[in-house]
Amino acid sequence: MPRPLYSEPGDRIESTRPVTVSRYRGFIRANHWITALSLILLLVSGLAFFHPSLYFLTGLFGGGQTARWLHPIIGVVLFVSFMVMFIQLWRLNLPTPDDRKWLNQIGDVVKGNEENLPELGKYNAGQKFIFWGMTLLIVVLIVSGIMIWEQFFGELVSIPTRRWAVLTHALAAVAIILVFILHVYAAFWTRGTLRAMTRGTVTGGWAYRHHRKWLRELAGRRQNGPAE
Amino acid sequence: MSETAPQPKTAASNPPVQPIASNLLPSDVVRISATKDVPQPTRQLEKVAKLIDVSKCIGCKACQSACIEWNDTKPEVETNVGVYENPHDLTPNMFTLMRFTEWVNPETDNLEWLIRKDGCMHCEDPGCLKACPAPGAIVQYSNGIVDFIHENCIGCGYCVTGCPFDIPRISKVDHKSYKCTLCSDRVAVGQGPACAKACPTQAIVFGTKEDMIAHANERVEDLKSRGYENAGIYDPAGVGGTHVFYVLHHADKPSIYDKLPENPRISPVVEGWKGVTKTAGLAVMGVAAVGAAIHGIFARANKVDEHEEKEAEKLVVSGGSDDRGSV
Repeated sequence: MPRPLYSEPGDRIESTRPVTVSRYRGFIRANHWITALSLILLLVSGLAFFHPSLYFLTGLFGGGQTARWLHPIIGVVLFVSFMVMFIQLWRLNLPTPDDRKWLNQIGDVVKGNEENLPELGKYNAGQKFIFWGMTLLIVVLIVSGIMIWEQFFGELVSIPTRRWAVLTHALAAVAIILVFILHVYAAFWTRGTLRAMTRGTVTGGWAYRHHRKWLRELAGRRQNGPAE
Repeated sequence: MSETAPQPKTAASNPPVQPIASNLLPSDVVRISATKDVPQPTRQLEKVAKLIDVSKCIGCKACQSACIEWNDTKPEVETNVGVYENPHDLTPNMFTLMRFTEWVNPETDNLEWLIRKDGCMHCEDPGCLKACPAPGAIVQYSNGIVDFIHENCIGCGYCVTGCPFDIPRISKVDHKSYKCTLCSDRVAVGQGPACAKACPTQAIVFGTKEDMIAHANERVEDLKSRGYENAGIYDPAGVGGTHVFYVLHHADKPSIYDKLPENPRISPVVEGWKGVTKTAGLAVMGVAAVGAAIHGIFARANKVDEHEEKEAEKLVVSGGSDDRGSV
């Protein structure tokens, strides 16, 4: 069977009355929450080093010294966990012609007039932006982070390079926090989304409203696919 | 401990026999790392300085020994790889280091053995302090001494990034940053730094910055009279002047003294990182977070309606085709 165009092979219609659709299986959900927890811990400890007014946040880790050695280790955890997620998600996050239409009608997106938008596969352009934004920024952060990891890589790069690395790390961190806020906000604003990452399923109506091509493909596969 | 120590004017004097109270107090601090609005001291200590006259140095390393002795550090015994430096670099246990350069003067074709005592310059505008994220880990006293307060140090290495002279070293043992203190603990009780006290040729002298500048000018005059026409003072203005400064016989070429920076200043990259990035970054993140939260609570959510649930059922039952097409 050829690879589906708009869905992962594991996505399927779980029940029909009412319709529920399996969007993420257990492994990716667990991994997503490892990434999420790591990101939050990195954000809290990193902000403490970023601005003196937030230095008190190191108290949550047991002090500045602990926050200092923990931060990069959590960074490695996040990088590994995100890379696993990247391998699972990148294919359906490749840009498609529908993305351009969707972006051109961003006004309708914000107003919630989804009936005017093109039918979409598993991800819309906004979700793809978050995916690729996170990917790029995480790579920048891990590379610049290793360059300034005093404990193990203090001698890795020259001091002038290190200055650029620390500036890049700070800028990328600000950017990823903005992407993170957008991610959380969008997941919350688009009601019915969060359960995709908690229970793993979404309602048929949610799939119909936001990702109809995805739903359509799953429905077709259910009828024409191999006997269950 | 009734008497307060005088402010030292020289490293040569011997300490008094009776104990005396410190005269370098927490209230004499003018700058504190990662701390805004430091209460300004009620008194201004006289600015101090250590003058290193490179032309007088014989490379005996007595200053290094005195430094180790006073600070009770234990630099590792290393392997001789055929260079004069010992140890090979500044370390968390070696706050000062004689750096040796064999330089052929192109004008005279003479080999000149240039020896520079490296260590913290105690900048008037310290890059380490600017870069440090830990409140109170680096302080500057009103007499100009820049000191690391180790109990507040978190070992992040940002001071290394901030320093224009490549001075701080982070210990692999306790993960704290170390450098020359200008013997702040000796200065506090009226004594000069241990290195200056130990120097047999008075290549290192200590006193008020004013006295040291006057002395340095005399030395420059003397050197000029001996044919070193480019002799001069290295007290770089880019970092606001320093409280450890040099007399160089070739002041026009500081870099020949083992890469002494020509125009040291806090890197604009560090300034940008600690300046606009920090302020603007925090503002942008704050606005985004608060804006998203308020909007999330008050704006109309994007909700799925009953009609769409019904349509989904129809679509699924029909196997993916409806009036709008099929896959």
